[in-house]
Amino acid sequence: MVSVENTKKWLSLFTTQLIENKQYLSELDTVIGDGDHGNNMARGATALNEALDSKIPEDIPSLLKLIGMTLVSKVGGASGPLYGSAFISMAKASQESTDLSVLLEAGLDGIQKRGKATAGEKTMVDEWIPVVEAVKEKNLTVDLIEDSVQKTKDMKATKGRASYLGDRSIGHIDPGAMSSSYLFKTMIEAGVYSE
Amino acid sequence: MKKIINDPSSILDEMLDGIAFTYDDLVERLPETSVIHRKTVHNNKVALISGGGSGHEPSHAGFVGQGMLSAAVCGEVFTSPTPDQILEGIKASDEGQGVFMIIKNYSGDIMNFDMAKELAEMEDIAVDFVVVDDDIAVKDSTYTAGKRGIAGTVFVHKILGAAADKGLSLKDIKALADQLIPNIKSLGVALRAATVPEVGKPGFELAEDEIEFGVGIHGEPGYRREKNKPSKELAKEIVEKLKEELAWKKGENYAVLVNGMGGTPLMEQFIFMNDVKDLLSKEGIVLAFKKVGDYMTSIDMQGLSLTLVKLEDETWLDYLNAPVKTISW
Repeated sequence: MVSVENTKKWLSLFTTQLIENKQYLSELDTVIGDGDHGNNMARGATALNEALDSKIPEDIPSLLKLIGMTLVSKVGGASGPLYGSAFISMAKASQESTDLSVLLEAGLDGIQKRGKATAGEKTMVDEWIPVVEAVKEKNLTVDLIEDSVQKTKDMKATKGRASYLGDRSIGHIDPGAMSSSYLFKTMIEAGVYSE
Repeated sequence: MKKIINDPSSILDEMLDGIAFTYDDLVERLPETSVIHRKTVHNNKVALISGGGSGHEPSHAGFVGQGMLSAAVCGEVFTSPTPDQILEGIKASDEGQGVFMIIKNYSGDIMNFDMAKELAEMEDIAVDFVVVDDDIAVKDSTYTAGKRGIAGTVFVHKILGAAADKGLSLKDIKALADQLIPNIKSLGVALRAATVPEVGKPGFELAEDEIEFGVGIHGEPGYRREKNKPSKELAKEIVEKLKEELAWKKGENYAVLVNGMGGTPLMEQFIFMNDVKDLLSKEGIVLAFKKVGDYMTSIDMQGLSLTLVKLEDETWLDYLNAPVKTISW
């Protein structure tokens, strides 16, 4: 069950991960993208911390909307609209339900509507799809989250800037899938997901 | 990495203040935004805006002014600006006739500008756009994000800017843009990659004697790497590739831009233009409009690109020649 309390804890753990792994995410992105993913996500993380400190949303929809709007306006690049759309879609869905699998499914839908990516194109969607599925089946584990990131290594990018590399994108982890893995690992850690 | 900067995270802010201070007769920075807006009286015409990641100076702020862009929305280095910033640019620029956005073909830019369009439409501002994809280094296919937008974008600013200044409607500007884009083709060559300040090292490595054809303006990979060659031979490779795309005929009018990537001296750019001139005069095409210089850079990348525009309609040449008041045209 998603609550205001555990969502705040989740986001606080997530932003810490993003800031700690800023360099690593940018290194992943330098190989197959343009090298800004870590910096962009860390900038969004800092803004999220500030937003969640100063404003205290009392209900889940406003909290998720605040997260989405902050990401859209602070991250930039492709990740800003993608993560932002995910949380804005989750905010909309949370008006009807607080079930995590319903919210994450709406989030994935938001990402796919904005970015037009499908499974196997070496994007963050390749992390989201198996996780959403596992949350539904109640068998999400840290191993599944990490394995799904590793699987992007063998994929050939056909969306986003890595697509210009063609076959040369094979053998490298997708940075968006990696940052999404932090989102899902901290989701377990914060107790937002429970079996 | 040696750069004349302070904190890498304050680059955008400090650069925009520097631009607005230096050219305070032409532009202003909208308070609390990353928007450079022209200082002209609104006169009930369509407003053009553009933008994208920073690091391509003078694009796009250098082309803000009477006869070109109304505003440039500047993102962090190589990072698309965000929808809220683009919306501020749209709102400040709108003169009641709608706003036309010139977007380079990158996934991030398209998503952010598209979200801004949705937000503007909610505030009853008519918005339309065109996506520039002049870089022929990448084939347009369902397996890539499509061709990239590079230096040819500056010609789009100029031609559409003159058309907007003449008073064309939003619908007519969209039609002109759609007719123009397929006639603009560009291709570049890199000698050394750019260093993004927050990363601190070059985006890719080229050996001292190596060059790469088709590198993008953010260091995206090109189509072939080989030993360095004389300017004449580089020009030959690039002109031949452009010829395959444009399929020109003797006597046709073209505009040409030799564009420096930021780390290549003008001396070399003029030498290259001289070679391009020889090759194109042999082809019998008429270079009716010419430009050389740093127009769409990639921070400190060494290299250049060649853009050719087939002047299919004779008014396009008039639009290119129309006077403007900007920092960098």
